Amino acid sequence: MASRTRSPRAAAIPHGLTREQLLEMYRLVRLTRSLEEKLENLFRQSKVVGGLFRSLGQEGESVATAFALRRRTDGTGDMLSPLIRNLGSMITVGATPAEVVRQYMAKGDSPARGKELNIHFTDYRRGFIGQISPLGDLVPVMAGVTLTFKQRGEDRVGMVYIGDGATSTGAFHEGINFAAVQRCPLVVVVENNQWAYTTPTRLQTAAKSFVDKAPGYGVAAEKVDGNDMLAVYGAARRAVDRARAGEGVTLIEVATYRRKGHAQHDNQSYVDPAEIDRWAATNDPIDRYVVALRENGWASADELRAVDERIDAELDATIAEAETSPLPEPEEALTDVYAEGPVRAPWTRHTPADPTLA
Amino acid sequence: MATVVNEKPEAVRMSEQGKPVTLLEAIREGIWEEMERDERVFLMGEDIGAYGGAFKVTEGMQQYFGAPRVIDTPISEIGFTGAAAGAAHMGMRPVIEMQFIDFISCAYDMITNYVATSRYRGSGPQPIVIRGPSGGYVRGGPFHSQNPEAAFFHTPGLKIVYPSTARDAKGLIKAAIRDDDPVLFFEHKWLYRRPQLREVLPAEDYVVPIGKARTHREGKDLSIVTYAAMVHKSEEAAEILEKEDGLSVEIIDLRTLLPLDEDAILESVKKTNRLLVVHEDTRTGGIAGEIAMRVNEKAFEWLDAPILRVTALDAPIPYSPPLEDYFLPQTEDIVKAARHLANY
Repeated sequence: MASRTRSPRAAAIPHGLTREQLLEMYRLVRLTRSLEEKLENLFRQSKVVGGLFRSLGQEGESVATAFALRRRTDGTGDMLSPLIRNLGSMITVGATPAEVVRQYMAKGDSPARGKELNIHFTDYRRGFIGQISPLGDLVPVMAGVTLTFKQRGEDRVGMVYIGDGATSTGAFHEGINFAAVQRCPLVVVVENNQWAYTTPTRLQTAAKSFVDKAPGYGVAAEKVDGNDMLAVYGAARRAVDRARAGEGVTLIEVATYRRKGHAQHDNQSYVDPAEIDRWAATNDPIDRYVVALRENGWASADELRAVDERIDAELDATIAEAETSPLPEPEEALTDVYAEGPVRAPWTRHTPADPTLA
Repeated sequence: MATVVNEKPEAVRMSEQGKPVTLLEAIREGIWEEMERDERVFLMGEDIGAYGGAFKVTEGMQQYFGAPRVIDTPISEIGFTGAAAGAAHMGMRPVIEMQFIDFISCAYDMITNYVATSRYRGSGPQPIVIRGPSGGYVRGGPFHSQNPEAAFFHTPGLKIVYPSTARDAKGLIKAAIRDDDPVLFFEHKWLYRRPQLREVLPAEDYVVPIGKARTHREGKDLSIVTYAAMVHKSEEAAEILEKEDGLSVEIIDLRTLLPLDEDAILESVKKTNRLLVVHEDTRTGGIAGEIAMRVNEKAFEWLDAPILRVTALDAPIPYSPPLEDYFLPQTEDIVKAARHLANY
């Protein structure tokens, strides 16, 4: 075959992506990391209520997987359910930094109105369903979401994230098996970041690789370098296309590394610091993506810097505004238990306290 | 392949034709009518489709409504309960069957952590019905006889329904399917086909409201607050007490356990001044405790005797007839407790 003539300036962009899309992915991944860095500062100032979870090192695969979905804002697009380390996926499908900051500050005008933490929030119109802390539960839930797409003949796809740890749960097994049997249009992203809190992957499974589990369920599988954003996008794109074409479930194993502790309180005493440094120095997803963008002539240093500066300024404004938001009214704790209205306040909370209301 | 039936079978046209139905048939008619009324309603469970379910509650439904609306699932209570939650997020109204209600504990996390909290967390309503054959007196042993209500009674966000008559069963399953919150619907298998419970139901559409108790028998000397199969044991006891002791016993059938119809309980207690709570579930942590506490808080001065309870033993439910009979509350237990209260 004759050698292909290439422009000296720009290489061909893979997976049918455009240059604008490449830059948009850059914006999203940079926004994710910057937002988390700013949240960490807020955490140090005790302005974050509760724990703070970083996805350092995993932002690339979060953004790149979600970027393969049909993203809409009117409830007709694809649907994903993230994990705690998928802020990037949430941002990619339209969750805003303002929402995330308000969530972490437990504000009354946060999406979950102070009733649920961090990125555990939902918007069906933009297409994301907040996870719950018992891990694995969203696999059967997303099986049901995608079952409904199929029942209604809708051209929609679901994507659910699960960590290496939660593949050990019964919910994962039952959910992926159910989805496989029903040929649901579901992509299961197994993020192997090598740690489940303090537990290394070798103590989660005797399987050599998570893709090895897929044949047991009769589903397709692909393993991908999770810190190569374009490779991740390619794998996600193929899985999403398969699902949309009615070919059922795909399990994608995303090989990556959790460079921070489980949450801010975790000092990673159980990890060799050299291992973390090695990943940071040689295998950071954003660094690698920037190299790809620059070396292939898809983006200039100036363009990327402009994106960074804009993000920084916007986040500072967002945070300043979120800080002025009020905390929820205490009585809001009584609402949204049932459709019929608030549950009863205990008699001691009435003024004056009224035992006849016991 | 399942055969497709286009004509509504005789078995679900009994009420339409003014014929009496059993409690099981009443539930089947109720589900059938709701599936006809609302295409968002669909069923999932083990062996419910082609076979029609272990107790045949869903018999004929897959043939009539089609496999996409009557789904035979893998053995996976977490899986299909979670799938119901996901479908509910998308606006569907799933009705799922636990083949025996004993297996609901396999899905305990999904029900209590996921489904029950969804509205509160901002993930929206979960209009799901989780139903299944419950209760003892059938020699089913430890895993085919349970009454799991107390395990879920403690979970805000859920509703729990446990009917005792065919009329209530049909009206409540329809109300449960129309409800915008998750409803656990327990069906007593000892009542499923009891000929004594056969009754002619209204030919037209009706629902029985969730959260409302029913006065099963009016009386003035003593109140028995109960539900499900114990309504009928209490009725037997009330007959004996009337004949042998001249006692007028009032029976309140709770029908819904969550939310509890506190007003109905208090009203009856204020009338009779004596309360016996009867449940088939085990004793410690049973619903009787909550009922007694509420009466204590709100009607203490109306009581002429301590509140008593008749329940199963604090043990797993045994299999062999002498063991099961000893374990479960019997009519004679209710009679004894009622006499003690009346003479207090």
